[in-house]
Amino acid sequence: MAERYVMSIDQGTTSTRCILFDHGGRLVSVTQREHKQHFPRPGWVEHDATEIWRNLEQIGPKALAQARVGPGQVAAVGIANQRETTVLWDRHTGIPVTRAVVWQDTRTDMLVEELARRPDAYIVEELCGLHVATYFSAPTIRWLLDHTPGLRERAERGDVLFGTMESWLIWKLTGGPDGGVHVTDVTNASRTLLMNINTLSWDDTLLDFFGVPRAMLPEIRPSIQTYGVATRVVPGVRIAAALGDQQAALFGQTCFAVGEAKCTYGTGSFLLLNTGTEPVRSTHGLLTTVGYQIDDQPAVYALEGSIAITGALVQWIRDGLGLIGTAPEIETLARSVDDNGGCYIVPAFSGLFAPHWRSEARGIIVGLTSYITKGHLARAVLEATGWQTREVVDAMNADSGLDLRKLKVDGGMTANNLLMQFIADVLNVPVVRPMVAETVSLGAAYAAGLAVGYWPDLEGLRRNWHRAAQWLPAMDPRLRAEEYDNWQRAVERTFDWIKPSHEE
Amino acid sequence: MPGPVQSIERAAAILRLLAQGSGRLGLSEIANSLGLARGTAHGILRTLQLVGFVEQDEATGKYQLGAALLHLGTSYLDVNELRSRAINWADALAARSGEAVRIGTHLQGKLLVVHHVFRPDDTLQTLDVGMLLPMHATAMGKVLLAYDANAAAAVPDGDLEQFSRRTIRTTRELTRALSGIREVGWAADVEETTVGEASVAAPIRGYGGLVVGAMGISGPVERICDPHNRPRLDLVTFVRDAARAVSRDLGAPRW
Ligand SMILES: Nc1ncnc2c1ncn2[C@@H]1O[C@H](COP(=O)(O)OP(=O)(O)OP(=O)(O)O)[C@@H](O)[C@H]1O
Repeated sequence: MAERYVMSIDQGTTSTRCILFDHGGRLVSVTQREHKQHFPRPGWVEHDATEIWRNLEQIGPKALAQARVGPGQVAAVGIANQRETTVLWDRHTGIPVTRAVVWQDTRTDMLVEELARRPDAYIVEELCGLHVATYFSAPTIRWLLDHTPGLRERAERGDVLFGTMESWLIWKLTGGPDGGVHVTDVTNASRTLLMNINTLSWDDTLLDFFGVPRAMLPEIRPSIQTYGVATRVVPGVRIAAALGDQQAALFGQTCFAVGEAKCTYGTGSFLLLNTGTEPVRSTHGLLTTVGYQIDDQPAVYALEGSIAITGALVQWIRDGLGLIGTAPEIETLARSVDDNGGCYIVPAFSGLFAPHWRSEARGIIVGLTSYITKGHLARAVLEATGWQTREVVDAMNADSGLDLRKLKVDGGMTANNLLMQFIADVLNVPVVRPMVAETVSLGAAYAAGLAVGYWPDLEGLRRNWHRAAQWLPAMDPRLRAEEYDNWQRAVERTFDWIKPSHEE
Repeated sequence: MPGPVQSIERAAAILRLLAQGSGRLGLSEIANSLGLARGTAHGILRTLQLVGFVEQDEATGKYQLGAALLHLGTSYLDVNELRSRAINWADALAARSGEAVRIGTHLQGKLLVVHHVFRPDDTLQTLDVGMLLPMHATAMGKVLLAYDANAAAAVPDGDLEQFSRRTIRTTRELTRALSGIREVGWAADVEETTVGEASVAAPIRGYGGLVVGAMGISGPVERICDPHNRPRLDLVTFVRDAARAVSRDLGAPRW
């Protein structure tokens, strides 16, 4: 048949989504299923990897049914996934040995502090481009091995396997205990703290440092390459790509050239800048990470600025304060006033990420007077996302020596016009939203389609990218400078809130 | 004449019950008070919850009146919410049709543009969100007039404002056009607002089939219409499918 599709699987933090795209990169069908968030103790966040797999078993065939096609009309499957979340499972039974530990989980904070104090800790950032922190996988693996009796021995024998979500799903899709392929892609591997950022292979020094046995690790493969053929969900279809969700969005936004950047606005926000085939080391609080790797071509690197709380602040206004009924209503509320009334909210709920990396900071609302209404708070909520973006862009410009000329955006918050205009205003560059807002899924689809020749080359993909909306800067430069100064002063007031002696 | 609908009577009784006293009741309390089986009460409560008339407290599982009941008079779907819920399908429609897409709602006798997707040709275009357009001269506006009795009631009697030679002139003419729109389920505007421009639109429905907005494409007549100046049927199908997909996501019954 002439009409064939590419399937993407977006295994996200709150849900798993399955989307079929056609040759024009257009969305044909969408299915989605949320999975349960387990919070067994304060600071712990877990997922049931088996539940996620079962969800995929449901939504995969449903996406095909919605488009009235069979697996035979799917050219390839690509996977994008929540990054760093750690799954350990038994290779013989295919059953996870514990619940998956989610990137937000902070159970390793003591361990991380201990590791970071070691005299040889400097080697970590030098080898893998990341600093030791709770959300990367290596400390989690170590913690699980230390706290589960007998697990280390089983891992050393290779009876227990490690993987991030894409590894787990690829292994299950390709047969599980019956010949499942145990692989990971470079972008996901680059978030473990175990991969050498230059050689793109597991590094013995790092494995030693974290005490992780090599036998449990998947094989590192390019992001875009056929890993195997599915025997479940979409039998007979090639699994041809995997990328961490943020890297998938970079690919879906067709940021293929050095200097191109995108920001995905969801629960948190992630700005990635393509820096080409050489890793750029940050001196301004950004992460060095792999952007993507096509087959045996050289890997393309990216600088990443991660912002912990953006959409989550809107959720807090909704669920924590009950000021709005749904997230989009924040815009209605914010438009009920003309400005922030002098009020600023810095959402350092669990410290600040890029570019500050202050884990002891906590959130504040400053500038409160009796004049402030909930409308002003709503403005301050949206502006917090704008200013946090500005801080990351300033750091990117300083690290890369390039000046960002335009920002491509995607994610749930891009439906908010007031926010998008504000971001254009404070960055003083055009903000553009592509026709397909589901760039994470699209990126995974593009990658898989490229691997199997469904799309010929990057240029072809670029031609599929179309502008759906654009916001141009329109803020008076004096006002911008004043407001930025106010924001920065507000940020400073969040520092040093948690006392160093107080350890949880 | 058929008798009263039992489940509606029961739903009304449940709402009355919740409106009295502290207003937070568990399933058994509600079922016992009204002498209903738990299953029956639960079914009705779930439906009431779906339409927003009842809310369930996550921690205690108890039911109370929903916020939607308190705001029954005001617009029941926030326009920013509508945009968020429709954005994927609006993008898909623009990509498929190759034309600009807009979503509109009724605001005080005018059509308010709440979402706009550029024509996918990467030419310079500016966002129209927030713009007010005439109801009787646009495809989206006519869809809303056809399905939203309040919007229709806001149209003054007599002669209508003219934007081009083809704009509908009188309320009588308009009434005839609207019944035609209700018959086919979509509306068109061929050079009724602007010479050389045409548009096609279909209704977006929410729970119970209530029309909450309109979604449509617009572009040059020669691209939107066939040689007889009638909207191309393939484009009409794209528009209707997209509006239906949004409606389905908003919880509308299938039609
Ligand atoms: N119109 C809006 N205005 C402001 N914030 C919004 C709006 N719509 C959604 N949000 C926020 O965006 C976030 C949801 O975005 P998105 O659906 O992209 O989630 P996500 O972080 O990608 O989740 P996942 O990891 O499960 O895919 C929520 O935090 C929500 O509060």
